[in-house]
Amino acid sequence: MDAFLSLLHGFDVLLTVPNIGYMVLGILFGVLLGFLPGVGGANGIAILLPLTFSMPPTTAIIMLSAIYWGALFGGCISAILFNIPGEPWSVATTFDGHPLAKQGRAGEALTASLSSSFIGALIATIVLTFLAPIVANFALAFGPPEFFSVYLLTFCSFVGMGRQSPFKVISAMMLGFAFASVGTDEITGGLRLTFGTETLLTGFHFLIAVIGLFGIGEILVTIEKGLHFEGQSAKINPFVVWQTWKKLPQYWVTIVRGTAVGIWLGITPGGATPASFMSYGLAKRFSKDGGKFGSGMLEGVVAPETAAHAAGTSALLPMLTLGIPGSPTAAVLLGGLLIWGLDPGPLLFVEHKDFVWGLIASIYLGNLVGLIVVLSTVPFWASIMKIPFAIIAPIIIVICGIGSYTLSNAPADLIFMVMFGVIGYLFKKLDYPLAPMVLAIVLGGRTENSFRQAMLGSQGDLSIFWSNGLVGSISALSMVMLFWPAIAWLYRRLR
Amino acid sequence: MAEGHDKEVPLKGVVSNRTMNIVVSLILMAVAAVVMIASYRLGAGWAKDVGPDSGYFPFYVSLIMFVTSGATLVQHLFQRRQDGERMFIAQHELVMVLQVLIPTLIFVVLSIYIGIYISMALFIGFFMMWHGHYRWYKALPMAIAVPVVLFVVFEIWFLVPLPKGPFEAWLGY
Repeated sequence: MDAFLSLLHGFDVLLTVPNIGYMVLGILFGVLLGFLPGVGGANGIAILLPLTFSMPPTTAIIMLSAIYWGALFGGCISAILFNIPGEPWSVATTFDGHPLAKQGRAGEALTASLSSSFIGALIATIVLTFLAPIVANFALAFGPPEFFSVYLLTFCSFVGMGRQSPFKVISAMMLGFAFASVGTDEITGGLRLTFGTETLLTGFHFLIAVIGLFGIGEILVTIEKGLHFEGQSAKINPFVVWQTWKKLPQYWVTIVRGTAVGIWLGITPGGATPASFMSYGLAKRFSKDGGKFGSGMLEGVVAPETAAHAAGTSALLPMLTLGIPGSPTAAVLLGGLLIWGLDPGPLLFVEHKDFVWGLIASIYLGNLVGLIVVLSTVPFWASIMKIPFAIIAPIIIVICGIGSYTLSNAPADLIFMVMFGVIGYLFKKLDYPLAPMVLAIVLGGRTENSFRQAMLGSQGDLSIFWSNGLVGSISALSMVMLFWPAIAWLYRRLR
Repeated sequence: MAEGHDKEVPLKGVVSNRTMNIVVSLILMAVAAVVMIASYRLGAGWAKDVGPDSGYFPFYVSLIMFVTSGATLVQHLFQRRQDGERMFIAQHELVMVLQVLIPTLIFVVLSIYIGIYISMALFIGFFMMWHGHYRWYKALPMAIAVPVVLFVVFEIWFLVPLPKGPFEAWLGY
């Protein structure tokens, strides 16, 4: 019941006028970012991060996480009304959401998707509330070898669970690590890989990478298709909402399954996108109306949305307890914590109780407020979507530029942003995954440090990663994940 | 707003996916090689009292990158022809991407020299007229309004300084 008391304390921290105000503001920003193609949770938060430097950390994280919830909600609006997923995790929502809108049932589809997102997030948050302190407590005993093995597992999971070529996954990841190494070596204090230039002294800031890869890169991919939006009208009123809510309980199996898939893939670094596809696929397979999926089934909207939102929420669990973000957006939030001088990891739960529980309380409230705000403002967002892309695109690019510059007032960052934009564009088109690259840039320093400290402790003996049951089993699991594509290939061959 | 392209017209490909895969894996191998050499010079072995030296981690990271990118390269070099014929980009798509990328690059470089506000006014106005085919009297108000709003938000409200040039200096900022 400790967690419950701490949560009450968290609500006490949360419920001040400025905090609630920034939360609502964050949700509105988030919805806007979430449903515009080209901006999303990760780079939206990256852009707005510099504006929060002057706020108290708790208020700042509440606003930033509210942007995250808003973006999760916002992605489905454009997916359903315009058949354009605002976020990668809303792709699966378009399969049945858009056909529903075409039949004039947009209100139903939106209500179902927003409400099931809310339920998915709520269950995931309850799991987070009670599981996080246990995991954090457990991780307090971790030393460098344990931390390195957990990092190893995180990165190897991308190889084992990714749908892309394992070689491409590893190349993208290693490029991220290489970017992370540029600048000052944290252990010796010496410079490395700066190639004699002053601009590289401070290294590449991962937020620049996020803004470039997800912002500029996404714009380039979007513009290539010569976008023109054909929207369905968004008729939504309390009666439709009520009618849809009455139908939702019959999909409880889909909701529970979607949430479970989401929580699992959120904690392990699979993320919201694969979770939404997997949940949709499972629902299609097990539903008695499976054959009708794709023609406008409410269940086909409920399944991906519960999973996406549950994954988005539970991605915060490893971020808060171990300092390992489960998704790029969680990685950006982690970057925020570091900038405010908070060290994510098990000690956060001991040393910054107010902050952690204020944040967890804000997830509950943020999702509820998000649901209400978004449901009541759908027509407004739909009308923004009618603004032509030729006006929105340059404004998004300008805002990305401002976000990159304000981070450390370095003009070179603007150039790096465009460079990362080109990398993002090429990688996206050639099926190199961006998430492991971003996580490698974020976690590169910590991964390297834990490895070097572990090596120093063991005097260079690699067997330290198998020295006790805990670290040994995590390392072994990592190896299974790393070689999973090869194992699967061999298995198919031998059969 | 870019007009929709007729799907009936056969699309003219500029470069195939296979070629782009080969090019990108070669670039990645080159980057890996550069990082490997630089890290090796820095010391990629065991240093006394430090443990693994400064260059240790980047060296092995780029070694792995070299190998995996090499594997991608080999995979695409020996790929059966018909699989590799998927095109990477069509001609009109390339034009559109460059129509965004080049102005963006100019905007970014201009921002460093003449300040971000003037640059964004030029960028937005230009983008709307060239990409969206708007007349100047529709583009101009937008090109002025956005910088003014952002100026008020950043310089006055949040007190976050953005790159400024001679024009802002003339205004007293």
